[in-house]
Formats: sequence, structure tokens, C-alpha cells
Amino acid sequence: MNSCFERLKNGLIDENPIFVLLLGMCPTLAVTTSAVNGVGMGLSTTAVLVMSNMLISMLRKIIPDSVRMPAFIVVVASFVTIVDFLMEGFTPALYDSLGLYIPLIVVNCIILGRAESYASKNPVLPSIFDGLGMGLGFTVALIAIGLVREIIGAGQAFGYQLLPLADEAAGKGGYVPVTIFILAPGAFLVLAVLAAIQNKVKINLEKKGKDASKIQSGCGGDCAACGGCASTSGNGKE
Amino acid sequence: MSEIKLKVSSSPHIRSKITSGNIMLMVTIALLPSAVFGVWNFGLSALIMLISTVAAAVLTEYIYEKLMHKKVTVGDFSAVVTGLLLGLNMPPSAPWWMGALGSVFGILIVKQLFGGLGQNFMNPALGARCFLLLSFTGPMTSFVYDGVTGPTPLAYVKEGAMDQINTLDMMIGTIPGTIGETSVIAIIIGAIFLILMGVIDLRIPGTYIVTFVIFVGIFGHVAHPEIGFFDPQYITAHLCGGGLMLGAWFMATDYVTSPITPRGQIVYGIILGVLTGLFRIFGGSAEGVSYAIIISNLLVPLIEKVTLPKPFGKGGEK
Repeated sequence: MNSCFERLKNGLIDENPIFVLLLGMCPTLAVTTSAVNGVGMGLSTTAVLVMSNMLISMLRKIIPDSVRMPAFIVVVASFVTIVDFLMEGFTPALYDSLGLYIPLIVVNCIILGRAESYASKNPVLPSIFDGLGMGLGFTVALIAIGLVREIIGAGQAFGYQLLPLADEAAGKGGYVPVTIFILAPGAFLVLAVLAAIQNKVKINLEKKGKDASKIQSGCGGDCAACGGCASTSGNGKE
Repeated sequence: MSEIKLKVSSSPHIRSKITSGNIMLMVTIALLPSAVFGVWNFGLSALIMLISTVAAAVLTEYIYEKLMHKKVTVGDFSAVVTGLLLGLNMPPSAPWWMGALGSVFGILIVKQLFGGLGQNFMNPALGARCFLLLSFTGPMTSFVYDGVTGPTPLAYVKEGAMDQINTLDMMIGTIPGTIGETSVIAIIIGAIFLILMGVIDLRIPGTYIVTFVIFVGIFGHVAHPEIGFFDPQYITAHLCGGGLMLGAWFMATDYVTSPITPRGQIVYGIILGVLTGLFRIFGGSAEGVSYAIIISNLLVPLIEKVTLPKPFGKGGEK
């Protein structure tokens, strides 16, 4: 059970698919115009990820190595189709706002990446928890990005008007939304800033000696070494 | 850039007195006629806008460099130029905090996060202007002049309504528009000063304007058949209306974001002219100079790669 917990933590923090591995950028940038969209996209991807990881892990000794990619795609596509129909039937509003991005979960590189690098080599239970951890990490990241974009770009959080908007016609002062954060450039800005913040936090933790051995992912570790201006400038003085 | 090895040969060396601080100071001086005219033309709101953009730009640069333990480069006037250019690109009726927010974006995101002066990949003032344009489309495109909100001359030009245009007003600058773009005469005075001081040369603005005139001369007729090929009034209106003059002389010539190779500068000017013409005649809005310049900024590394001159003795026929 210990390895299952470790898988969850790995997906949520150490190898967060969005902020550390930078996988699945297409849905991340496209659907995070609001936090609700982030929840919908994140949870539907999580469902597909858990199911596909489970099935691929079960079939890992049957699928021949040379055709594993087509086999993975067939498994993933089946689950995506199920999720697609379920969402169309039960949450039509969310389905409309996510639109094309639901079928596109098939080619989400987080799902194929986990199938290739984890589920096809490990037993069923850890694979399920790996899928769950990665999916929740994805969901948390999407909600975070969506929330920031929604608050700055529309003054709302989960659709609730957090900051009263200015109304020039009525002469009422208030928040003037910075619309660019709802548009495409805002996604890039928010993603970059959040990734930078989590790198900074991680590097600080590493310096304090906490957690140092656990950070082994491709980017998270390398960022400390390659050092943007943020990490090198303070080195000598702290 | 790091793979380029700079070799310092043995003495004697010539020491140049020109520093980036000097150059930026001269650009600031050259922008003053436009700024003064803008304040005279639009009144107090224009002055408040210019002060807020310049102050926000300088403060952002100072605070960021202090926090990041970097060398404080506020003294080299580059932040002042960015703030001033952004202010001149703002409509006078926009609230002052919008200009300040734009300055923070331009300096922090476009300039400092990419490594400060000399490292920015696009013109910070124009990056900030496009950020504001996308965020606050309403206030950024409503132009109040003499208490009346009306279309700019360029909007009439776009529709081909040539009888609404007074070319002399456009030359002097008593037309609605952004603070610094309206007066062609004030911009030309600044540009002549910069050319005489050797800060800019004619290559980029020259090719930009010539290409633009050719493009507009031909395609103006295509878009509006009632206007003939190379209709002088139509071309003058395009040249004097909107941000073309300010963009061509002060923003396209920015050292950091324009090619350094002579042939590259000509290619850059041609791309600018064609893009501006495309956006103005066939695009959705009446103005296209800022987008044309920042898109061309992004092409600069490619242009430089293609137009790199051959060192003496290399290449040629074997």
C-alpha cells in the first residue's frame, strides 16, 4: 500500500504532469478559461487515465511489444468514447463548453505517456494509483490555472462574481477585467508564472535539505541546475 | 549569442563616448516634440497618462532589479523611453492606471523576464500596447477629441470615405488619435534630430515607408475601386493617419528588436511595409502598425540568420 501512496504523491507533486513534466499542454492552454472547465476536463481525463492504466497493466503481458502503441490507443480511445457519451448525456452544459477537447483526450500525451512508461511495466494496483495521482495532479493544475485566469480575466471564481465589475454607463466604479487572461496569451502567461513559482518553492525546499532525494524528474531537477535568472541571482547571498 | 567569440586586439583602441544611456537620452529628447504637442492637443489627461506610464516603467525596472539583486539600470533611460513610447501610444481618454499597468507588463514580462535591456525579443512598449489592446479593447480604441467621440481619420480611410479627411489637419496633428501619433510634423522633427545625431539611419524607416506606399497604392485600388492607383490623397492619408510615422521612426528602429545586418534591415523594412498594408487594408481594424512591428520583431533572428554577411575571404567561387 505504501507504493500506492507514493504514486499518488508522485503524480500530484513530484512529477505533476503540468507544472513539472509539462505534458498535455494542448488541453491545458485551451480549456482553462474558467475553473469549472478545469474541473470537468481534469476529472474526465482522470477517469480515462485510471481505467486505461488499469486495463493496459492487466494486458501488459499479452500485448506484443511491436504493436503496443496501436494497442494502447485502442484501449484509450474506447474509454474516451465512453466518457464522451456519458458527458454528453449527463452534463450537456460542460460538454458544450469543452467541445472538441473531450475526444482529443485520446491523444493526450499524459495518458499515452503513463501507459508507456508506467502501466505497461508495473502491476495493476500501483498502475491504478499512478493514473489516479497523475489525473488528480492534472486536475489540480487545471483548476489552479483556470482559477487565476477567471479571477483576473473576469473577476469570477467558479462562475461566482467575486469582484464587482465596473459599470461605466451607471457610473459605478469596480473591477475592470483584464480580458487578455481569458484569451489564449493569458493561458501561456499564467502557466509560465505558476510553473516558475512551483520551481522556486521546490528549489527552496531542496536547499533546506527537505525532500532533496525525492526530486528526480526530468525538468524539476534540471531547472535547479540550469538556473534561470530567478534561481542563480540569489545564490550567493542567501 | 554566447558562441560568438569577441576578440580584443592589442592597443591602441578607440574609445567611443557613445553609451546606451546617451542613445536612449537622445531618443527621449527626440520624442519630446510629440509629447509636448500631445499634451497641448489633448490637455491634462494626456500629461497624466504620460507621467503615469513613464513613472510606472521606471519604478518597475528599479523594483525588479533591486529584488533580483541585479545591477540597477534605471539610469540608462531605456525604461523612460519604453514608458514614453507607451504613453504616446495610448488614447488620451483611457484611465491613467491602464497606462501604468501596460508599463508594468512591458518592463516586467517583455523586457526583464527575458534578461533586461538588449535581450527582449519584442519592443516592450508595443508588447504592452497590444496587451492593453486585447485586454481593454473598448477604452483603447475610443478616441475623444474636443469632447466628441469620433472615428479617427484612418477609420474613414478604411471605408474609403475620402471626403471626410483634411490632410493639413493630419499633418499638424489636430485630429483624434493616440497622444503621440497625431502630429506628423512633431514626429518628423524628432526623427530628423535622431538622424542628424547618427542614432538611426534611413534604411529601416525608408524601406518601410516606400514598401508601404507601393502596397497601399496598388491594393488601395483593389479594396476601393473608386480610388485610383496611387491616388495621392489616399496615400498621404495613410501615411499621416494612425501610428505609421511614430512606428516607422521610433519603434521599428529600436536597436534591440531590429536586424543589425544592413541587408537584413532592408528585408525587415519590406516585411513591415507589407504587413502594415495588409492589416490596414484587408484586416479587421483600421490600424495595423503595432501588430506589424511586433510580428516583424519575432522574425528578426531568422532575418539576421539569412542575411549574415560573408567574412572577407570566405565563400565565393572556387
